[in-house]
Order: sequence, then structure tokens, then C-alpha cells
Amino acid sequence: MIARRALLAGMAGLAMGPRIGRAGPTPDDPLQSVNWGLMREAFLGDAPFVFDDKVSVTAPTSAEDAMQVPFLIDATRLSRVLRILVFADLNPINRILDFTPGRLAPVLAARFKIQQATPLRAAALDGQGRWHVGGLWIDAMGGGCTAPALAHGEADWTARLGETSVRVFDREGRKRIRLQIRHPMDTGLAAGIPAFFIEQLVLTDAAGEVLGELATSEPVSENPLFTFELPTALGLSEVGIRARDNNGNVFSRKVTL
Amino acid sequence: MKRAAFALGLALLASPPALAFDYALRAEKIAEDTYLVPGRMEHFTRANGGNIVNTAFVVTGDGVVVIDSGPSLDYGRQLRALIATVTDRPIRLVLVTHAHPDHYLGDGAFADVPVAALPATRAEIEAMPGAILDGIYRLVGDAMAGTSSEPPRESVAPGPMTIGGHDFELIALDGHTAADLAVLDRTTGVLFAGDLAFLARTPTTPQADIDRWLAALVRLRALSPLLIVPGHGPAAPPPAALDQTEAYLRWLKQTLGAAAAEGRDAAEILALPLPPEFAGLAVAREEFARTVAHLYPAFERAVLSDD
Repeated sequence: MIARRALLAGMAGLAMGPRIGRAGPTPDDPLQSVNWGLMREAFLGDAPFVFDDKVSVTAPTSAEDAMQVPFLIDATRLSRVLRILVFADLNPINRILDFTPGRLAPVLAARFKIQQATPLRAAALDGQGRWHVGGLWIDAMGGGCTAPALAHGEADWTARLGETSVRVFDREGRKRIRLQIRHPMDTGLAAGIPAFFIEQLVLTDAAGEVLGELATSEPVSENPLFTFELPTALGLSEVGIRARDNNGNVFSRKVTL
Repeated sequence: MKRAAFALGLALLASPPALAFDYALRAEKIAEDTYLVPGRMEHFTRANGGNIVNTAFVVTGDGVVVIDSGPSLDYGRQLRALIATVTDRPIRLVLVTHAHPDHYLGDGAFADVPVAALPATRAEIEAMPGAILDGIYRLVGDAMAGTSSEPPRESVAPGPMTIGGHDFELIALDGHTAADLAVLDRTTGVLFAGDLAFLARTPTTPQADIDRWLAALVRLRALSPLLIVPGHGPAAPPPAALDQTEAYLRWLKQTLGAAAAEGRDAAEILALPLPPEFAGLAVAREEFARTVAHLYPAFERAVLSDD
């Protein structure tokens, strides 16, 4: 029996290759996640990083709706942010968002599907190439990633695919853009329903130049609702929004600021 | 080693079943023939076994009318045993006020007597996803053993119903869920409001429609009861539970509407300060966070779609 257990452990080691050395919690992880080692390797590689409250992650500590867990990332307390990665250590698909703010503020809100209790983290890359990692634990009954999207219970969901609602709000020195796109955002983990999700969202100025870019993954919730902010000082008159899903559908519209 | 494990397995199989969770239920006489079995003003926990709810019973000349059966099979059994300490009359009818698990999962203990609800409540329980029960098992644990979710077998219609010298009025409302049954005992003046009324405990909103709930409260006021038994919280003369529930619902509607109009995200409003009159209610912060998940998306959609 003991021999068999050792053999199994050895096989697991082989399957995971060089990762085995980094698996498990690390003493410095404030969330004491069993999967932090792998998350660090997968998302940050060998780059320097620090756990940092300046990257604030606001979300409920318990997920009431496993298919729509809201979160808001705010990294404006860092001086310069090149990129923000959002991921959940214990979701079957870890990556949620990969945000390149560009001329947008390093602020972002969205919703994700939670499969079980997990840390939700945001890692912000500063101008010196160092990652700043914030996050919190979200408790959950679970099942959000393997349940079919509600759209599949509607007869006409394809007719409204990609419909985009958008509205702009004035917030102290910034314009806040909230937009919602009708899309099932299928993870591919619900039986018989292949992965079908928006992969990319680009915000552009009137000249078509990119303001900021967001790569979105399967765990982003159905009919995703995104919140972006851009400095009022940019003096933009309109913003173009362009989304593309993994089936090549492109949805675009403009909004006047 | 294998043999030892096998022997241990046999020993486990042979051991007597675990003792049932002890709910320590007590019946509080609140009017002639009328008893309240108060629950804790908490969330589901292992320590409370899911007993976060009020159940009640009326001992009529023709048997006992039970209002709601509680959160688990064992609760239902212990409620039945408690009733037997008060009267030796049989159970005549169990009324389920609405399709929330803490109110009807004790039905299994009343399989030999009529258990009834509004038709829409029966349909809601029929359609209840198994995940709801899984969630309660996860929170409550062993006290849920043997509990299953079955729709009541019989329907009741709104209107008068006289049993054993008590003139009941059944009132079909909605707003807390798609179907909420209120029961007025005209003989004693006691109104069993189900979860249309909360007192000293924050209202829950998983299936709530605020406007319809407010309309239901108007109907309850018009009944002019002498005493109101809320679904959660102490029994008290009107208008305490009705006023508190109404004020909270109005505040929710105003607050969530204003937040959506300002473009706030759900994650941001979780931490909004609660006004002093609600901050002191039991489980206020937790229920507000749940309500944001239940109700805020519709407020957001309304603001986003009128561009």
C-alpha cells in the first residue's frame, strides 16, 4: 500500500514535470493558497513580484451567484501600470482577464464564473517590470463553470448575439464606460456545449487608435458587463468598442463621451 | 493490513446511526390555541442545524394546523414531537407559506397528513434545482440527513377555511417569491405572514420583486390583524414587522437605483454604509451583499439599456 502511494506520487511528479518543485503554498502568500506556486509560474514566470495592497481587488467574500461574481480591480495607487492579469487559483480555467490599459486608467470591473472556493487575484505589472499582486478568497458553493449558460434556455439567443449596451458616467476626473454584450460565454465545460466566448475587446479613439485592450477568457460571465475608466483630460469625444469571439464574430459600436 | 481495514469497515457499518441533531425546539404560546416555534435570527450554520425560521401551529377543535415545517426532516420530526407535548389531537393540515427551503424541508415528517401550498409554490418546489439542497447540506451538514425536497401534494386556494372552530382566511400574495401564502386566523386575530414580513432580521431577496412585495404589504395592513408572526423574528402587534419590512424594501429600491444611475459596479456597492435603522438588524451586512447579487443586475440593465 505504501509502495503504491509512493508510485502514484512519483507518477504525479512526472506528469507535472518541473512544476512539482513550486506546487503548494508559499509562506509569503497572504492567501495561503495551495495553488499559488503554479499560478506564479504560469502567470508571472520568473519576473520579480510583490504582494501589494495597492492593487485592490473588491469582490464579495462569498459568491451568492456562482455564475456572476462581480469584482473590481483598482491599481491606480501604482505609478504606472502596463498590464493587469486577473486569475482564480482554483478555477478549472484560471485566467479570467489580461488587460493592457494603454491610455485607460488601470481600473476594471467585470464578473466571472466560480467553480469552487478560490482566491481571486489581480497582478499589475509596473514600469520597472515588477508584478504587484492583490487578491482575496471568495467562498462558493460552486458549479459556475460547468453549468450551461442561461442563454441556452432561450429560443432566440442567437438573434441577439453581440447586442451591446453602453453608457458613460462622469466620475471625479474620469469618464467611466460601462458596457454589456449579449454573449453566452460558454466555457466548453458544460456537457455538449463547446467553448464559445469573447476573446478580445478593444477600445479605440475617434481616429481608430487603440486606447486599451482586454483579452477575455472562458470564466468571464455570460452577457459580460465591463467597466473601464479613462481620464477626462484626454479630451476624447467618442470611443469605439470592438469585440471578437473565438468563432470570429465581431461586434462593434461607438459611444459619445 | 487489508484485513484490518475490512474489519474496521464492518465495525463502521455495524455502529448505530448517528444521533439526530437536537433542535431544542420550544413552543411559545402567543394567543389562544396558538403557538410559535421561534428560530434563530442567523444564517444556516452547522451549529443551528438550519433552524433560522419561525414555524407555528394552531390547536383547533378538529386537529392541529401547522404553518411551515422547517429546514430539515429532523426539524419536522422534532416539531411534530413538540406539538404532541402540547396536545394529543392529530395533525389536520400543514400549510407551506412559500418555496424557500427553510420553510418546507421538514415536510417529510408529515408524509401521513395533508401538506398543502399555493399551486405556484408547488410548481416552484417541483422546479427547484438540486443545487439548492446541495448548498444547504454544505452549510448545515449532518442535521440535514435524510432530508429531500418534495413539493406539497395538495393545493390550497385563497379564501375562507374553517377548521375546528377557527375561521382562517388564506391570502395568496407574491413579491417575496412568486407565490406567498399569508394565513389570517380571524378567530384569534393572528396573521401568519410567512416571509412577506421580517422583524429585527434583515429580509431575504433571492426571488424578490420589490414592487410586488410592497403591494403585498399593503394587502396585509388592510387585514388589521392583532398580532403578526413574521417568517423570521419575534411575533409582535402591527405595524412593527410591516413597517420595518416596507422601510427596508423602499431603501433597497432607492439605494440600488441610485447606485446604478451613478454607474457603480456591484462589487463597489457591497460595502455601502447601511443606515442605522437597518445596520442593527440581524445578518444585515450578509443579506445586503446577497441582495446585491439578486437584485442589482436588473437595475444595471435598466440604466444601460436606455442609452
